[in-house]
Amino acid sequence: MSLLAARHLCVTLSGREVLHDVSLSIAPGEIVTIVGPNGSGKSTLLRALLGILPPAKGAVQRKAGLRIGYVPQRLQIDPTLPLTARRFLSLPVRRPDAEAQAALARCGVPDVAGQQMTGLSGGQFQRVLLARALLNAPDLLILDEPTQGLDQPGEAAFYRLIDEVRRDTGAAVLMVSHDLHVVMSASDRVICLNGHICCEGTPRVVSNAPEYRALFGLGTQGALALYQHDHDHDHLHDHDHQHHDHGHHDGHGHGPATPARQARGTAEHDHAG
Amino acid sequence: MLDDFLLRAGLAGVGLSLATGPLGAFVVWRRMAYFGDATAHAAILGVALALAADLPVGFGTLAVALVMALLVSTLAARGWAMDTTLGVLAHAALALGLVAISFVPGARVDLQAYLFGDILAVSRADLGFVWGGAVAVLALLVWRWQALLTATLNTDLAHASGLNPDRERLILTLALALVVAVALKVVGALLIAALLIIPAAAARGLSRTPETMAVLATLIGAGASLGGLQMSLAWDTPAGPSIIAAAALAFALSAVFGKMRRA
Repeated sequence: MSLLAARHLCVTLSGREVLHDVSLSIAPGEIVTIVGPNGSGKSTLLRALLGILPPAKGAVQRKAGLRIGYVPQRLQIDPTLPLTARRFLSLPVRRPDAEAQAALARCGVPDVAGQQMTGLSGGQFQRVLLARALLNAPDLLILDEPTQGLDQPGEAAFYRLIDEVRRDTGAAVLMVSHDLHVVMSASDRVICLNGHICCEGTPRVVSNAPEYRALFGLGTQGALALYQHDHDHDHLHDHDHQHHDHGHHDGHGHGPATPARQARGTAEHDHAG
Repeated sequence: MLDDFLLRAGLAGVGLSLATGPLGAFVVWRRMAYFGDATAHAAILGVALALAADLPVGFGTLAVALVMALLVSTLAARGWAMDTTLGVLAHAALALGLVAISFVPGARVDLQAYLFGDILAVSRADLGFVWGGAVAVLALLVWRWQALLTATLNTDLAHASGLNPDRERLILTLALALVVAVALKVVGALLIAALLIIPAAAARGLSRTPETMAVLATLIGAGASLGGLQMSLAWDTPAGPSIIAAAALAFALSAVFGKMRRA
């Protein structure tokens, strides 16, 4: 029995179909990562699965009594709102101090309870968000680009933490990322999204799939190495979508890309059809 | 008891602060300052309509403020450019109200009272209206506190927690309209937003949690009311503006004190 499933889900945002015919299901205890270029509908898919956006077609099914812990993409806290990490953990459900402290310790930030949320570092902030999500004793954790703004070691440490949490609590994890390397190595299953599901499977299967290579290029062997950062794929991200924000496209766009460019052409024909 | 006009005025100010403290905190957190202005300015139009229709002024202001608050809130939800839209609505409401009130015979004399309040003329019935409205708003905010705070923090987070951010926004809208209606007599249409924002802003630098900020804003608002009345009595200054001036002084002190503490 799956925890959460989407059946032929279509989502329309201001008249534009952002997601088309997406079907997926999340089994207990697995880590599933959704990857895709910017504008591919990753966040939209999460928000539809959470019930924030209504489906235009299709349906989202949840197991009865499913408890979800949600870590949003970016939490902008207005500087006029005084909020300690401890107080944040009690929103909207008040939690006892012992529970809150245990959740912070579990996430590797035992000493931040009294600190203002706006004063935390990026890594601490994300860990407090995760701690709050864990307080709900979730069957399923949903994380939207949880490592945005973290450096590489911070990112790797965060994914290790997710993996530990999964082992300890048995919670399934569904997360979104546009970072391919680190995140894929931490996943049981990867779904490659670009308005529809292009391909899915284990990280190795997906990174070798022609649809995936068409979207992300060839330099993906590094996807299975936790710390290795490989820029070679970057120059292929920005086909007709918004640019990818790694910020150093220039100087990589030469030489070895010819087969991939051809593959990209094929993929765009697929999308049109 | 309550025979003394000064005592009634003081009680009215303190009672109003019970609502403007916590609500003002939300106005600041959610950046609704202009929203407050638009709603408060609409009260003048409400006064004109109530006088023309021979209805109680409190009823007219409440109705028009509610319509304005709902209008603004709906436009915001539809993604209108809020800074401009609110600027248009706030000033148009005030201008329309002033034009409308000039058609009502006899009302010109009272205009000053509606614009800047007339706290020294608060009657027992007014006092009941102020306290009734303020306690109702306070009860509403306390009841929805956790949900309001979560929705203020992040609508997706609220949604994922099973809350409805639109409903919480509606509750704040309703509370704002109610506060405008009861505050009109105390500080007048032009200064209601100031009574919401200034005490909350003064409390910000001294607070570490949302709750402390709301309580401190209430205390500062109450203190400013009493201080402003003293000032008005001592120097024969207009009471409403004196209350706001006292609140502004509290803000300045809090800013200096906050800076010293951080240094």
